[in-house]
Amino acid sequence: MADISANFLGIRSPNPFWLASAPPTDKQVNVLRAFEAGWGGVVWKTLGSQVKNVSSRYSAVDYNGRRVMGFNNIELISDRPLEINLKEIKECVRLFPDRAMIVSLMADNDRNSWHELIKKVEDTGAHGLELNFGCPHGMTERGMGAAVGQDPDIARKVVEWVMEAATIPVITKLTPNVHSVVPTGRAAVEAGTHALSLINTIQSVTGVDLDTFVPNPNVGGKSTFGGYCGPAVKPIALKMLTTIGQDRVTSAVPISGIGGIETWKDAVEFMLLGATTLQVCTAAMKYGFRIIEDMCDGLNNWMNEKGFQTIDEFIGRSLPTLTNWEELDMNFHIVAHINQDKCIHCGLCYIGCEDGSHQAINLSYGNPYNTYSIKEDECVGCNLCQLVCPVDNCITMTEQRKGDEYLNWKEFQRRGLPLNDH
Amino acid sequence: MAIRNNRLTADEYKEQFSDIRPPFETNDAALVEANRCLYCYDAPCTKSCPTGIDVPKFIKQITTENLRGAAYTILVSNIMGGGCAKVCPVEKLCEGACVYNLMEEEAIPIARLQRFATERAIQEQWPLFTRKPSTGKKVAIIGAGPSGLSCAHALSREGVDVTIYEKESKGGGLMTYGIAAYKVTPQFCQEEVDYITSIGGIDIVYNQELGKNISLEILQNSYDAVYLAFGVGLARQLGIPGEQLHGVVDAISFIYDIRTKGYPAIPVGDQVAVIGMGMTAIDAATQAKRLGAKEVTLVYRRTQQEMPCTEAELNIAKLDGCKIVWLAAPKEITGEDGKATQLVCNVVKLDAAGIPVATGEIITFAVDMVIKAAGQMPFEELVSGNQLDNNKGRVIIDGHSTTSIKGVFAGGDCVNGGKEVVDAVQAGKDSAKAILQYLF
Repeated sequence: MADISANFLGIRSPNPFWLASAPPTDKQVNVLRAFEAGWGGVVWKTLGSQVKNVSSRYSAVDYNGRRVMGFNNIELISDRPLEINLKEIKECVRLFPDRAMIVSLMADNDRNSWHELIKKVEDTGAHGLELNFGCPHGMTERGMGAAVGQDPDIARKVVEWVMEAATIPVITKLTPNVHSVVPTGRAAVEAGTHALSLINTIQSVTGVDLDTFVPNPNVGGKSTFGGYCGPAVKPIALKMLTTIGQDRVTSAVPISGIGGIETWKDAVEFMLLGATTLQVCTAAMKYGFRIIEDMCDGLNNWMNEKGFQTIDEFIGRSLPTLTNWEELDMNFHIVAHINQDKCIHCGLCYIGCEDGSHQAINLSYGNPYNTYSIKEDECVGCNLCQLVCPVDNCITMTEQRKGDEYLNWKEFQRRGLPLNDH
Repeated sequence: MAIRNNRLTADEYKEQFSDIRPPFETNDAALVEANRCLYCYDAPCTKSCPTGIDVPKFIKQITTENLRGAAYTILVSNIMGGGCAKVCPVEKLCEGACVYNLMEEEAIPIARLQRFATERAIQEQWPLFTRKPSTGKKVAIIGAGPSGLSCAHALSREGVDVTIYEKESKGGGLMTYGIAAYKVTPQFCQEEVDYITSIGGIDIVYNQELGKNISLEILQNSYDAVYLAFGVGLARQLGIPGEQLHGVVDAISFIYDIRTKGYPAIPVGDQVAVIGMGMTAIDAATQAKRLGAKEVTLVYRRTQQEMPCTEAELNIAKLDGCKIVWLAAPKEITGEDGKATQLVCNVVKLDAAGIPVATGEIITFAVDMVIKAAGQMPFEELVSGNQLDNNKGRVIIDGHSTTSIKGVFAGGDCVNGGKEVVDAVQAGKDSAKAILQYLF
């Protein structure tokens, strides 16, 4: 049995799966249910000056009949009284001392407010703090949330205030609503944050109702930009995570990964790109806390299969393989191959290649089934046919190197090698 | 043992003849299936449809909630797409070709989706087609069946004024008079005919039979072209002793009566033998059972390998409790007091050429009713009498649906000897194209 427990800045949890700061972590009843279900930790929904929410609050993007490929919310930070939140946090820590209890914070924009809030939260026995510099709606208009995370200088200042008061580990949560997460990440690390977490939600309009002409979610005939999350944002989160993991300054601190994590496989991908713990929200909102069972089980089985004893053995392992484009080997070449025994003759590879790529698939007419084969000389090895093929392992990409040596673009240019002639 | 009618209660009849392939209960149910469609390119389902319906396109249109577009995509290729969704042997056409079969997965339920997409269009008479202004050209069509209606619609769209002469009192042809009620109801057939004629420019004159009330010569003189789509109809006789006995009926008349007289009025026996294994044989056997026959046996002189019906059809008969006897060729029907009591068959085997050969063994079935479903014959007398070149009564046409008489076209069952509804619809389309070329 592999050991899937996590140690994040000394905060231990029986597994690396935490619930992200969001509605599933905004009160004792949810959090206790989550701990009973097996979640390793929670980041309590952001505390600050009490706010008031609107109705409705969520909207989603469906894809080909599957619901909630992407999810969007316009909810603010906790709208419950601070004192109740603090009392409940304390109770949860008491009942489940082996679970990670992180509290998300967004104080008003002054030093005293931050100091006071931190003091109150630390009194609950919570194990860590997460600074919400990412919330993209509602709070930004008040100079908080993403308004802080989008400006490295403001972020640095706030982290400095926090570090003056905090005696427990501090995680700074980054907003993706920037051209790069690195400048704010660096500012936070240089100001002393112990760790980073990313990504917060991405500003979005999930869609427009074609009958009312009002975008979603509809609040009495109007809408507002919301925060996008769920499976759709995972690729963006992984990219941002990588930039933090590869940066000289930000890579010095541990990272808690967030963004569309729904399965143990998603989680492992985040870990391979540098995340130590994982935060989940949308999947729990869609399916409930029970998804934690397969996340733990799947991770455990995968680690056993790969021979990993602890999660530290593979965290960040894939980071070195992500490089600049100009470092890629131009002599590496693959071509598609269609396994005729597996082919179901749907023609998706053909039409994709014909209309969308390099016209490298041959159609041999048949009634009712056409036969498709690769024109190897024309195939550029783009993967499109393999990606659209509905049959597993029917189309495989086989290596046919153009040359033995590693040859990158810089070297290619230096040697004046020929470009395509058609 | 006795042949009698009115065997069931009203509720039982309703239950027995309810829709065998019910529509999707909900919009979501249709969407789940529609979303499974892979949207194949040069799709095998489309290639396997005699009318070439762009199946992936209409299914995609269902998923985008463009139901009007989906209905148009179907009906523009097959104006009887609503009815075909109910009666087509899809397991050997579109659904049989679905690539999911090659993955050992359930095929997309194309017929049910097609029904989903067309049902509202037909019920609510969506005006999906418009007719061009009248050109003054007039075409007469014999027969308001699938082929005649499909031809009429295509011609009317181009501004031709069409008059259809129909010998029955309702349109729809075989759809209305020759198909099991649990597949398609006469009421639906009426709605479909109404939908087709709602484009305008199509006048159906009922109770007019070629050779009786009207003559080809007069039509030739009164119209710019004539399209013959009178189908087939005469039941093939077995040519064995005892066919005249009381209780021996042909499947065509049996089904016709079910369609026209109502279930309680139709008499069936306690022990019914149905001869043949085509679609009509199955429709007759299953309906005899559903009308209350105690025992129904399908007798066929070849094996399952050679049967003309599809496996899905055979399964309906089996599930209805019909017995199947292979390799038995009717030899004679014997009776008492003029009533059939026994069906005597030669037990046969197939020789190298697949011809049934008697083994010398005899098998007998106690019966009080024998339904003959050994195929339908062309109207040979009618065809020959009108000097139309023919092959044993089947009208001979060239590659442009043209008969041996100039200006007279033909298509559908009267040409091919009897195929599916969907084949007749395509023949109507092809003929309309040829007629338009001839006229303009």
